[in-house]
Amino acid sequence: MSDLLERFRAGERRALARLLSHVENRTPFGIQAERELYPLTGRAHLIGITGPPGAGKSTLVAGLIREARRQSLTAAVLAVDPTSPVTGGAVMGDRIRMLDVQSDEGVFIRSVTGRGRGGGLAPALCAMAHVLDAFGFDLVLLETVGAGQDDVDIARLADTTVLVLVPGLGDGVQSLKAGTLEVADIFVVNKADLPGANQVVRDLRVMQRLMVGAAEQAPILSTVATTGEGIDQVLRAILEHRRQLEIHGQLTERTQRRLLAEARYLALEALADQLDEVLETLPAEDRASLETRQLDPRTLAMRLIERLRLSFPASRS
Amino acid sequence: MAKQATPATRRAARSRPIRVLIAKPGLDGHDRGARVLARALRDAGMEVIYTGLFQTPEMIARAAADEDVDVVGLSILSGAHNQLFPEIMGQLRRAGLDDVLVIAGGIIPKDDVPHLKALGIAAIFGPGTPLQEIVRFIREHAPTRESEE
Ligand SMILES: Nc1nc2c(ncn2[C@@H]2O[C@H](COP(=O)(O)OP(=O)(O)OP(=O)(O)O)[C@@H](O)[C@H]2O)c(=O)[nH]1
Ligand SMILES: [Mg+2]
Repeated sequence: MSDLLERFRAGERRALARLLSHVENRTPFGIQAERELYPLTGRAHLIGITGPPGAGKSTLVAGLIREARRQSLTAAVLAVDPTSPVTGGAVMGDRIRMLDVQSDEGVFIRSVTGRGRGGGLAPALCAMAHVLDAFGFDLVLLETVGAGQDDVDIARLADTTVLVLVPGLGDGVQSLKAGTLEVADIFVVNKADLPGANQVVRDLRVMQRLMVGAAEQAPILSTVATTGEGIDQVLRAILEHRRQLEIHGQLTERTQRRLLAEARYLALEALADQLDEVLETLPAEDRASLETRQLDPRTLAMRLIERLRLSFPASRS
Repeated sequence: MAKQATPATRRAARSRPIRVLIAKPGLDGHDRGARVLARALRDAGMEVIYTGLFQTPEMIARAAADEDVDVVGLSILSGAHNQLFPEIMGQLRRAGLDDVLVIAGGIIPKDDVPHLKALGIAAIFGPGTPLQEIVRFIREHAPTRESEE
């Protein structure tokens, strides 16, 4: 098994692929490998590409990779596809848009489902991104469908977040949920060949005056991902974004915040697991007194926390 | 590591779904069958990676290796299987995928079957095979991974 880590360190692609599975599924080996490889991480530029379904994210990612390779930058992609809530299965088709780049040694594409794997999606993506970072990729791109709150959180896991919008989004940009636009470090209006694209750009400019944080000054770029038009500008903006953070001394703080968020996710998961264990051993009279209204849920919650503390052996790492 | 199940190991104990690559080698442009199969496998709870049309043996092996799939399903209608399948099996081996389960579907004459099976293709499903039969075959024969290593 440690043989796999050796092969990973030697730059063997197949070992990377196997290790990603271990880490995604949180096998004991994967967890140990994560720890061992962590000191090797911190070099890659993590780029989140998010936006509504069908906006052209995968096509854009393929274009960005092509552009990156022209500049001799290596690139890895984690493409997240939704899971069927019924069966847990998924059909992942993002690779179809990235065919011409996938045989390049400097490119690695991995499809990830949104399913409940070991834990949540966000920590799994973080862990997999660390592995790709440790392997030595210059850019690690995370493609996620941005719709719900969880996706907004995932967007925060990147150094640079690109929000892809397109013409024809129902009521337009204004109808997007609050907070969706604020995650953007760069706005891309894709499908600029379709009618209505200019309107999206204008709407964004208006909305931007109301935004707070980084999105307030985020560049707004137009692309036609299918022809590659404008994609060089997007990559330039992405690289420039991180350079600016670095110059202004904000990268360190931002990275700390990102890694802290990751630790928080993992801590919450461990706590939730432990809480389930405590609940399993809950005395029957506690259950009963809840129902007979002698014990209120909040008081019980405080007692659960008490027990939770006792159930965490100090030695556990 | 201690015998007692820590939260992390308990989570990992849930085994991962079977991962399948569905690939269309060769030059025929009909992928309806491949898409129907992809959906059936998804509905059976598997993770399916669909790569689209016109895949070369190199591309298939690359995708199977990087995606770390348990199963590769090849769909072919063009009649070029006698040429393409040996190449694909060779590329898979070269990519280090010795234990991956390879199955094929499409229009393949009976006479070719023994030769293809000798290459390491575990099963060949003709047109009209019930999807449930393919699902069952995969469930029974897919190699188990991470959780047991
Ligand atoms: N007209 C036009 N079509 C585009 C453009 N970019 C992408 N498309 C098309 O939009 C469709 C969806 O593209 P994808 O790249 O798969 O979009 P996606 O956002 O990755 O989709 P999901 O991953 O399914 O959410 C495809 O048919 C693309 O060919 C563009 O700039 N103009
Ligand atoms: Mg996509």
